[in-house]
Amino acid sequence: MDLVPLTTPSREKLRLAFTVNGEPRDLVVESYKTLLEVLREDLGLTGTKHGCELGECGACAVILDGELVLSCLVAAVECPGRSATTVEGLRQGPELHPLQQCFADHGAAQCGYCTPGMLVAAKWLLDRNPRATRGEIAEALSGQICRCTGYLQIFDAVEAAGRTLRGEPAPAPLLPSVHRGSTNGR
Amino acid sequence: MAGSDPRPFNVLGKPLRRVDALGKVTGDTRFADDFAMPGMLYLKLSRSTVPHARIAAIDVSRALAVDGVRAVLTGKDFPVPFGILPVSQDEHALCLDKVRFVGDPVAAVVATEELIAEEAAALIGVTYEPLTTIASPEEALRVPEPRIHDYGDGGNVHKAVAFDFGDVPAALASAHLVVEDWFFYQGNTHLALEQHAALAYLGTDERLTIVSSTQTPHYVHRAAAKVLGVPASRIRVIAPPQGGGFGGKTDPFNHEIVAAKAAMITGRPVKIALTREEVFYCHRGRHPVLMHMRTGVDRAGHIVGHSIETLLDGGAYGSYGVASTFYTGALETVTYRIDRYRFRGCRTFTNKPPCGPKRGHGTPQPRFGLEVHIDKICEKLGLDPAQWRIDNALAEGSLTANWLKVRTIGLVPCVEAVVAASGWKERFRKLGRGRGLGIAASSYLCGAGLPIYWNEMPHSGVQLLLDRSGSVTAFCGAAEVGQGSDNVLAALVAEVLGIDILDVKVVTGDTALGPVDLGSYSSRVTLMMGNAAVEAAQRARDRLADAAGLGIPLERIAFGGSRVFDASDPEKGISFAEAVQRAEAKGGTVGTIGSYRPPKAPGHYKGAGVGPSPSYSYSAAVIEVAVEESTGIVRVEKVWIAHDIGRAINPVLVRGQVEGSVYMALGEALMEEQAFRRLPPRLSGALVHQTPSMLEYKSLATLDMPAVETILIENPEPNGPFGAKEVGQGPLLPVPPALANAVYDAVRVRVDEVPITPEKVLAALRSSSARFGPSKFPAVSWPEALIVPPPWEGGDGNAINEPKRRERPERRRAEVAKP
Repeated sequence: MDLVPLTTPSREKLRLAFTVNGEPRDLVVESYKTLLEVLREDLGLTGTKHGCELGECGACAVILDGELVLSCLVAAVECPGRSATTVEGLRQGPELHPLQQCFADHGAAQCGYCTPGMLVAAKWLLDRNPRATRGEIAEALSGQICRCTGYLQIFDAVEAAGRTLRGEPAPAPLLPSVHRGSTNGR
Repeated sequence: MAGSDPRPFNVLGKPLRRVDALGKVTGDTRFADDFAMPGMLYLKLSRSTVPHARIAAIDVSRALAVDGVRAVLTGKDFPVPFGILPVSQDEHALCLDKVRFVGDPVAAVVATEELIAEEAAALIGVTYEPLTTIASPEEALRVPEPRIHDYGDGGNVHKAVAFDFGDVPAALASAHLVVEDWFFYQGNTHLALEQHAALAYLGTDERLTIVSSTQTPHYVHRAAAKVLGVPASRIRVIAPPQGGGFGGKTDPFNHEIVAAKAAMITGRPVKIALTREEVFYCHRGRHPVLMHMRTGVDRAGHIVGHSIETLLDGGAYGSYGVASTFYTGALETVTYRIDRYRFRGCRTFTNKPPCGPKRGHGTPQPRFGLEVHIDKICEKLGLDPAQWRIDNALAEGSLTANWLKVRTIGLVPCVEAVVAASGWKERFRKLGRGRGLGIAASSYLCGAGLPIYWNEMPHSGVQLLLDRSGSVTAFCGAAEVGQGSDNVLAALVAEVLGIDILDVKVVTGDTALGPVDLGSYSSRVTLMMGNAAVEAAQRARDRLADAAGLGIPLERIAFGGSRVFDASDPEKGISFAEAVQRAEAKGGTVGTIGSYRPPKAPGHYKGAGVGPSPSYSYSAAVIEVAVEESTGIVRVEKVWIAHDIGRAINPVLVRGQVEGSVYMALGEALMEEQAFRRLPPRLSGALVHQTPSMLEYKSLATLDMPAVETILIENPEPNGPFGAKEVGQGPLLPVPPALANAVYDAVRVRVDEVPITPEKVLAALRSSSARFGPSKFPAVSWPEALIVPPPWEGGDGNAINEPKRRERPERRRAEVAKP
């Protein structure tokens, strides 16, 4: 089987002036790059992850001008003048965002690789709908794949963060019930 | 019990935030691909486009001519083979003379930019002389030539094993009822969200350093030394936290070794991050297994004889496959009383990505078969399948027919818990057409009893450094896959020393900075690293108690609240930091070590090394489903699962492991398939992966996940740290069979294979046999069975038809160490 050589992408440089996590950035990047690549490679913001680079896993989700996007599917050439929020932008100074607090407390991050995308998608949801129900949370996160948690502790964390954002007390993590016993001693 | 303590716990059992949570929620945790170095070059692999062929010629001239290309490597650069098991060193970092599956790496390009490396790799021309493709185990048995490998048990059989633990045919002949079944468990893959990545460089410390997303830095260390010819003392492997593994990052991989070689050749840091498609080719996932079972029971349903034959589709390389083969039979005996047991297992090579260990390693397949098989036996005998599991549960402290020593068993409380929570007694067989409940139970290891390569050294070591500030650093080679092993280490040290968990700094996953831990596989880390950690911490405690100068007997000295004090007069004491200072003044720098090696196993026959564990965990699940008869769609309404954890170190993390196991199991049971197809003839006819992408490889998304009720059974295990057992793998096991049994309860058809797709449910509904699944097992030329009498038939753990291995340790050693 003959391999078809890839066509060389344009090596033209792109001047990219845009806002990242509220800070102006002005840089020159390879024009073929995706927003994901610019964030990770040119800006060193490696918090945004990649799991497929085909728009299938949701790990690279960021907020761009208020919309939730997959940064692996956004070309850098689309970004001049726009404003991106990544996981690094959730924290206000040393203070964690309530979503970050609740993800940490409720076991919503196991390996942590899908977590940046989950957090960003959940922030996008709660920014719009701080009263999101569990069903709405599941719907909003349906493009984010997590292979560790089975999602339930993520739902718990987003619900708890919603409560915090609404000024209600955050619930403690839901724990399994514990029984004692052995096969012989029943 | 290691670490037994009459006081209430400070850390254990508390729902504390895990010690590495902050990095994970801020994006600051650095995974392998998040590392970059100045002057770094990029590596891309050129992979085979044909499933089975000799390599006639490789033309790298066009690739070398591309601007920015710094090196091109081929198999000639890697004459030394490697592999995870000493008995199957069958991989070359780049294919030497033949390719064995579509995706097998043939050549590598190193360039100044990733894009240039990718473009140049596409310009490498390989001339192949095609060989017959072996697409399935049945074909592998039928077509002995050409052989995919020139080793193994003949033709394209990699490994065939046979054991008779008592005379099963005689037991079946006198049984009240004999039930025969065939099952198939499709292969599936880990699909960890993090793609494998590696960065190799020559460090200023004169060490070849490999930063890699690996669950087993120690084995990568060994393989790299072997293949690259560099002394192991001059190699350092760093395993940063991984973005999930599930067994998919436990082999040493070709891309790690090629990156290291490229760094040696160029003198520059070299980085590779695999694409998602390449991760599907790395695979090492669940073996597809065909099973044939025959079981005889007495009138009460007690198993008098059980026989299982397994046929594994191994893919193109050995990987852990020999162990996987044994595991399809080893743990059949650790849940229910089985008087006599017969096991035959056969792994074949095929021209597909290699299979290996995935969560449950080799045991979910026979567990699926056994638990559905039991459901059918109970149906025939008119017994309640939940009650059967209670009545037939193995007693604590049993020695099984195949000579496994089982200590604590939480099986019965697990079954009772899910029966009570699900309303089983009121609802089983009573939900009406289209709705059903199913039950299954299972068991898993807490680490393997033997190391992968034969040696007498510990399986895990922990070193502690106590600082004058009161901070404690814990060093261990264990790899943090995401499961929370760093937290286990910190929690146990903090518990023993009575300090805040955040005052324990962990340094893990670095072969230069911690004692060896064999790796994050076999559910071994909590028990083995945990015992090493407790031992090291208790030694530190002894030194501090000795130097505390409280003027009281040692046994009255207590540790808690970051203080060292008089248990009878808690006001009397000093701070933990002060205690460290006094110990340092008295005896010098305060550092301690702890290590762990599992107890010797009672079995001595050849093959007895797979199956023993210091402890076994138990699980049970009830699943409720709704089945739509017009479409065959199975909707999971709820899962009740109980897990025998021994003791929960952190209940939040334990819940996450249980629910994550349920989630992964539901994917396997309902939709996940590592399946292959042949391209049409005009496109070469090659055997290719059907769905090497996350979109097409179906897995559960948020909207597919049912409610899960998790119950923990705490029955502290004397061999576990503070009584703890594993939780990462065991809870996966009962889910697929419980689901299949629930489908039967709902619509009275049997789907005897996973995944249980709507097509299969429909086919079963339309079939006169009310069943979908395999109905034959091919002829395998089994080796002469090792005859090992069970303990109650006068055995001593040896086979009667081989030389007594117990008396011949030199032979045993020679065999295991053979490359």
